[in-house]
Amino acid sequence: MSLYLFPPGDDPGPSFADLLRRVHPHSGSSAAPASSVGDVRHATTIAALRYSGGVVMAGDRRATEGVSIAHRSIEKVFPADRFSAVAIAGAAGPAIEMVRLFQTQLEHYEKVEGTVLSLEGKANQLAQMVRAHLPMAMQGLAVVPLFAGWDSLRGTGRIFTYDVTGGRYEETDFHATGSGGRDAKTTIKIGYREAMSRDEAVELALEALFQAADEDAATGGPDPVRGIFPIVATVESSGFSRVADEDVAERFASFLDRRRDAVRGAGGDPT
Amino acid sequence: MTMPYYVAPEQVMKDRAEYAQKGIARGRSLVAVTYDDGILVVAENPSRTLHKISEIYDRVCFAGVGKYNEFDQLRVAGIRHADTKGYAYSRDDVDARSLANLYAQYLGQVFTHEMKPLEVEILVAELGTSEVGNRLYHIAYDGTVVDEQRATVLGGDADTVAGRLDQAYEQGWSLAEALRACVSCLAGPDRSLHADEIEVAVLSRANGRRTFRRLEGAELGELLPS
Repeated sequence: MSLYLFPPGDDPGPSFADLLRRVHPHSGSSAAPASSVGDVRHATTIAALRYSGGVVMAGDRRATEGVSIAHRSIEKVFPADRFSAVAIAGAAGPAIEMVRLFQTQLEHYEKVEGTVLSLEGKANQLAQMVRAHLPMAMQGLAVVPLFAGWDSLRGTGRIFTYDVTGGRYEETDFHATGSGGRDAKTTIKIGYREAMSRDEAVELALEALFQAADEDAATGGPDPVRGIFPIVATVESSGFSRVADEDVAERFASFLDRRRDAVRGAGGDPT
Repeated sequence: MTMPYYVAPEQVMKDRAEYAQKGIARGRSLVAVTYDDGILVVAENPSRTLHKISEIYDRVCFAGVGKYNEFDQLRVAGIRHADTKGYAYSRDDVDARSLANLYAQYLGQVFTHEMKPLEVEILVAELGTSEVGNRLYHIAYDGTVVDEQRATVLGGDADTVAGRLDQAYEQGWSLAEALRACVSCLAGPDRSLHADEIEVAVLSRANGRRTFRRLEGAELGELLPS
């Protein structure tokens, strides 16, 4: 490690990714393997939705490797910085690396420039990273992040989705992606209302993950035996905060009670 | 044929040191002290946007006096060093000592080999997990490093201010006490400094992972008696 000083006309500026390319030109994910790699760890369902004071982001805890469960308590929802969150679906290895680079990039910009990037600026930075990852995605190692945060300029929560080519799309209210994304998204779509409270939005996100786990083998449901529950985080004007595991466990317990009653009441088989 | 003039190396070094000292002496002073919950850095700085103090990493901050463009370049290089190191290894592996050494090497190199020495004096401070672990590295224009435990003063009037600070310093004082003492030491007996003439930042254990925080506006006003 040394002191990186550059002549004024040739300075990488506040971009950490550019700095890394300059000082470690051979690192990074630009070189794709010649043929597709076999089964690697995949992280699955993630969801985000807007509520009156911000956004909720949630992800299950399962990672799969082909048809087996590779990890039961992987984390897919991360703080990107104080006012935004990023969640990942797809090949877990490169996805987690991308998150680490993204987090460093945002903090690096903030420290060098002395100001925080706008939410849109952060979303575009992530799009560039997804685009740079395209050669790997072509080999089956696709990474599809979900980005959400509090836009302090507009005073609202915003959600951004991506495709493997680095395309960046803003969602108006909610989105879910990953293998159980379809089921999660349908659940949110049915339960979504304008200007929900934080509590309601957290409940809906948990229900969406429950329904996804119910239908999709690669999505993990709540695991009260081991005490593993989905990760839920909110971003609002006060910043990123993670909903405590105990809180999530309690919400799941009462959700399951309600469902049991509903199934019994309908005369169905509670199993 | 004209012969180049011979100048004794002692004279060269003396001239360069004088040049750098003159440049630094034109600027205002800066003090850093430890207090019960962290490290406090106070600089006399009328500008709200051209900072003398800034964040390097989770527990490390930077402060510079002298020529702004020169210490700002060093500040950015420090952030680059810390971020690449934390990214390559782990966040726990970034420390002030290795950065202070790099700065010292660079400043020493420029002082002996370049036409013009850098007209800066810098501080690299690291917040320890307890008061014993706090580190203040004071690096001079020629690359001399001084490792301080409790307090240090940078800038033109450093000796006078340090004398006053030595009298005022109290082990384990609170933020408000430390801040008031620092401001009156910077101001001296003949004048007083107001909240809009100083720049204040802390590395505080209360701030979570990123311990650096600026004290500005109303918060600073409340801590300082007007």
